[in-house]
Amino acid sequence: MSMIIDHVSYIYGEGTPLARKALSDININIPDGQFVGIIGHTGSGKSTLMQHLNGLLKATEGHIYFNGEDIYDADYDMKKLRGKVGLVFQYPEHQLFEIDVFSDVCFGPKNLGLEKKEVELRAYDALRKVGLPEELYYQSPFELSGGQKRRVAIAGVLAMKPEMLILDEPTAGLDPKGRDEILGQIKKLQAQTGMTILLVSHSMEDVAEYVDRIIVMNQGTVMMDDIPREVFRHYRELEEVGLAAPQVTYIMHALKEKGLDVDVDVTTIEEAAAELVRVLK
Amino acid sequence: MGIIRTEDIVFEYIRRDEEGNVEGITKAVDNVSIDIKQGQFIAILGHNGSGKSTLAKHMNAILNPTEGTVWVDGMDTNDGEQLWNIRQTAGMVFQNPDNQIIGQVVEEDVGFGPENMGIPTKEIWQRVEESLRAVGMYEFRKASPNKLSGGQKQRVSIAGVLAMHPKCIVLDEPTAMLDPNGRREVIRALRGLNQVEGVTVILITHYMEEIIHADKVFVMDQGKIAMDGTPREIFSQVEKLKSLRLDVPQVTLLAYELQKEGIPLPNGILTIEELVEALEKLTVGNRVTVG
Repeated sequence: MSMIIDHVSYIYGEGTPLARKALSDININIPDGQFVGIIGHTGSGKSTLMQHLNGLLKATEGHIYFNGEDIYDADYDMKKLRGKVGLVFQYPEHQLFEIDVFSDVCFGPKNLGLEKKEVELRAYDALRKVGLPEELYYQSPFELSGGQKRRVAIAGVLAMKPEMLILDEPTAGLDPKGRDEILGQIKKLQAQTGMTILLVSHSMEDVAEYVDRIIVMNQGTVMMDDIPREVFRHYRELEEVGLAAPQVTYIMHALKEKGLDVDVDVTTIEEAAAELVRVLK
Repeated sequence: MGIIRTEDIVFEYIRRDEEGNVEGITKAVDNVSIDIKQGQFIAILGHNGSGKSTLAKHMNAILNPTEGTVWVDGMDTNDGEQLWNIRQTAGMVFQNPDNQIIGQVVEEDVGFGPENMGIPTKEIWQRVEESLRAVGMYEFRKASPNKLSGGQKQRVSIAGVLAMHPKCIVLDEPTAMLDPNGRREVIRALRGLNQVEGVTVILITHYMEEIIHADKVFVMDQGKIAMDGTPREIFSQVEKLKSLRLDVPQVTLLAYELQKEGIPLPNGILTIEELVEALEKLTVGNRVTVG
């Protein structure tokens, strides 16, 4: 039970004069229940790759296996795949449209052809999982704050009961508390349900804090694929491709240079604080 | 009087139900008086819905206050006749660069503003060149905007505003959609404009580490100015900022956590250099006492 991306390449506008290779020979194996961060500069191919995972784009070459089945097989049910792999786009709140929050979240499961009772059960469950206060369920989604709207949009995807959830920059434009709340809720969801999460993010601090594994994309290829402390150890290489490490990494390296014997591979504030207390006391 | 001054301004949104009946009134800006001096670098922080974007839109007469007065370089924004002058004095840059670029070629896009102002062609080209150089995009002048990265596009948007020779630029979360490199490029360009060209910069952002060099920070909450001061004064108040749904730069937070563990560090550390220096002093001190 997993997602295997096997030698996938993708060319935009193949056969036209404007053809451009967006992905080239991608190989990734994502086991069940992992929390994976995807980073890369604008145009590195992250979003293109994500759109392959639920069949919105079809690879020009290569195969994708979901739970052992090739999603490009002629008799593979793409509609089922889209129910199993939920994709939350950037600024998903732009896609809210119903008269109240609850109806909006019901829209997805209703389209799966489920019974009304099951639809409503799923909608309640999804809204509870994203931590939206119950008194907002029957308000217009347009009257909510930015962070609340975004949670409603995520709940809309969760109500489809996906096995894998892909979030494309879910915290862009949110205030710091809003970022922590959304990511904290997603982490909790992953811990409770064992759902596989793919988080595309431009915030190195967020990625360092929440994910188990980081995939670094550059020019349509996978440049690194490792646990956060290993990836951020190569912060100079990350800078060369338009990325960075969390500020903590730079702090620890600066201290090390001054002769303080600290572990430079810590990636979060808590780890850094513990490490410095150990060295200083 | 400063370049932007507001006196007791209030902005009310009227909420209506589906039939158009008034449901209630939301005060998005509530009694705000600020005075921004020419040449300052100002940051405005605040959680989503705190009123900072609404306030920003008063700074070039996109919105007019329900009560109170806004002056842009001495011009009252309620004076319709001054609208063009106000918009030339205070330019605005928004979050999404794709919504702000209209030209097929970078230099055409940047020339759009001065062209609309009726500037002679020769001077337009001069201004385009100067503006693109100021944001470090001159070498891309012949490029198509859709081939640029997010950070590059956003710098073209800024050049487009600069070409109108504003005294002041207001930027509403210009880095929210950018990758780390794009964010760095934009902030570096803004600091250059402020320091070299003397343009007043008013920056709204959710990234705390972008504003450590600002001259002054305003923090908004519920339409009011909840805090104001230098970055050091503001970021010394970690708990208060957190209660306002905000944060501090990672280095400041780390210093704060270390303080809580009993390590004597000064308040409001803003940069890595400051933290390293402070910790160095401590370790040297330790060695002396131990020795």
